[in-house]
Amino acid sequence: MNYLEVNDLTVTYRTQGGPLPAVRGVDLTVEPGSKLGIAGESGCGKSTVALALLRLLPKSAVLGGRVLLDGEDVLTMKWGRLRAVRWAGASIVFQGAMHALNAVHRIGDQIAEPILLHGGVTRAEAARRAGELLEQVGLPAARAAAYPHELSGGQRQRVMIAMALACEPRLIVADEPTTALDVMIQAQILRLIDRLIGDHGISMVMISHDLSVLADTCDRLAVMYAGRVVEEGPAAEVFAAPRHPYGQALGAAFPRIGDPASRRNPRGLPGDPPDPAALPSGCSFRPRCGVAEERCAHVDPTLWPAGPGRRAACVRVLDGTVEAPAARTAPETAVEETR
Amino acid sequence: MTIRTDGVAGPVPETAPAILAARDLRVEFRGRGERAVARAVDGVDLDVRAGEIVALVGESGCGKTTLARTLLGLERPTAGQVTFEGRPLGHRARELKAYRRRVQLVLQDPNGSLNPRHTVYDAVAEGLRIHHGTTADERERVAAALSRAGLRPPERFFLRYPHEMSGGQRQRVVIAGALVLDPEVIVADEPVASLDASVRGEILDLLLRLRDDLGLSALVVTHDLGLAWNIADRVAVMYLGRIVEVGSVEEVLTAPRHPYTRALLSVLPEGRTGEPIILTGEPPDPTRIPGGCRFHARCQVLASGEAERAGIAERCRTEDPGILSAVPVAQVACHHATGQDGRGSPG
Repeated sequence: MNYLEVNDLTVTYRTQGGPLPAVRGVDLTVEPGSKLGIAGESGCGKSTVALALLRLLPKSAVLGGRVLLDGEDVLTMKWGRLRAVRWAGASIVFQGAMHALNAVHRIGDQIAEPILLHGGVTRAEAARRAGELLEQVGLPAARAAAYPHELSGGQRQRVMIAMALACEPRLIVADEPTTALDVMIQAQILRLIDRLIGDHGISMVMISHDLSVLADTCDRLAVMYAGRVVEEGPAAEVFAAPRHPYGQALGAAFPRIGDPASRRNPRGLPGDPPDPAALPSGCSFRPRCGVAEERCAHVDPTLWPAGPGRRAACVRVLDGTVEAPAARTAPETAVEETR
Repeated sequence: MTIRTDGVAGPVPETAPAILAARDLRVEFRGRGERAVARAVDGVDLDVRAGEIVALVGESGCGKTTLARTLLGLERPTAGQVTFEGRPLGHRARELKAYRRRVQLVLQDPNGSLNPRHTVYDAVAEGLRIHHGTTADERERVAAALSRAGLRPPERFFLRYPHEMSGGQRQRVVIAGALVLDPEVIVADEPVASLDASVRGEILDLLLRLRDDLGLSALVVTHDLGLAWNIADRVAVMYLGRIVEVGSVEEVLTAPRHPYTRALLSVLPEGRTGEPIILTGEPPDPTRIPGGCRFHARCQVLASGEAERAGIAERCRTEDPGILSAVPVAQVACHHATGQDGRGSPG
């Protein structure tokens, strides 16, 4: 059975200007021990999905659909049950650890707090456990006495991961866990996450604007646009040979060093995502789509099978008129070959 | 111009004179009441030639932003010299003001560098007013700068405020503010770091077109090696206050020789081919730059015993590989790399 199953999730923000649909019917599944990546531009709804999984959204958000965590619907849980599920059933690692940590508490106390709240342990036991967790994430246990400002960005992100592991959850939701970190620190953190998830048999949902990081880290990948998943499938395949025109444009925006096609040729995607209060008719990607047709103004495509284990929401996929573009091969001039 | 199609060779001849240059540049900071001196820039020679895009890459704290600020005259060097068109940069207010018309800064994070209460028109006209007062052709010049930055028709943007625009549009306004004074060089500090991938490509394409169409030179400071591959002609890799490898983008990024450059490239998630080399820890503090080669404590070549077998481990620990010169050929500050292939040793 899937550990996480999201069915037709909708999130609408009530605003003074009227309802804003941020998430418009999202289905996701995460098998035990597997990693799902959710990619997309700012405002596509990916962080809203992450927060909805643990019902962490503000009161102005109206939720619909189901979020089944181990078969139990998070959206209809009573508060007491929800508090037990947060941290112990699923926990979250936020982006920007500087703001997510409390600046005036020692990091050891912050890691120990959920342990104390959840499980009949003494302060001394919780403190000992916090020290163990710090060592698991590659920091000396003695750093428990440090305040967040005394740590580097990478170290703070390690602390966030230690906190997320504190109550031994079965699912971790990581929202942009390495954004704003240097590439070497990012590689350290991603390797750490990978090892911990493997050791503990945890499932993960990782949110990022960086398709390349998700393709490298996750098993499956979902690409969101304007509040919907427009493409999903095995991560490496979705990155290498996307079927949806949006997935193709997003993938092409990541340069591959050594690839002559991107040398002196940066590629982006003109235009901006649509205003959720004024979505275009038909396919919401139509105004920015390079291959839009007349019918795209009338048909709002849903996810449709697009190869083994893959789905894409585009009319061309639906009627089979699109062939997958040739998978981009690894650059000829690979780093290792040049030595 | 057909600069982009010319393949491997850069569009700027190697004999072209430098428009902006640093020679043995050093910038030190001393904290209040602290004895330790932070050597943020610790001996750098670097040229930016006319019409050339140079990427200065490195991790946070490597001194790349301090180097860029010093080239702009925003920091005074402790030693060494910045020259513009062959003449040393003066630090009197009048000299600096004239200089900053010709060498413009484009900051990262357009949210922070635009005043939320100024319209787009005012934001772009500000530089003109500082340098020329209110002129009769102000409106035309603001419109021209906006349309060169890709905001067309420019009149539609005049009265907008930053919060009414997307991140990519705001970055274009910042670039228009730099272009309005017709500068010869742009120094851009992480121009796309806070933007979505889709917008990033658009802004980089703009920088490339400005060079092709207007002959602008640019020094782009970034932690993003893919950016260098996308737009730069040459790349300089900085580690702890020094440039440790420099050369054409093709040479440095597809045939890296410094162990640090090799490690940085190996951990990029896109199109990975080999086993990633993940360095442990973080770069040391610039108040405690290690002796010998400044990278030796983290160097995978030394740690694996490869340097020992090559008989140079002692030199790595004790002998500074020296400062790379500004000549436009590939160079690397590494005893192992220069001992191995015998080319491009500094000094």
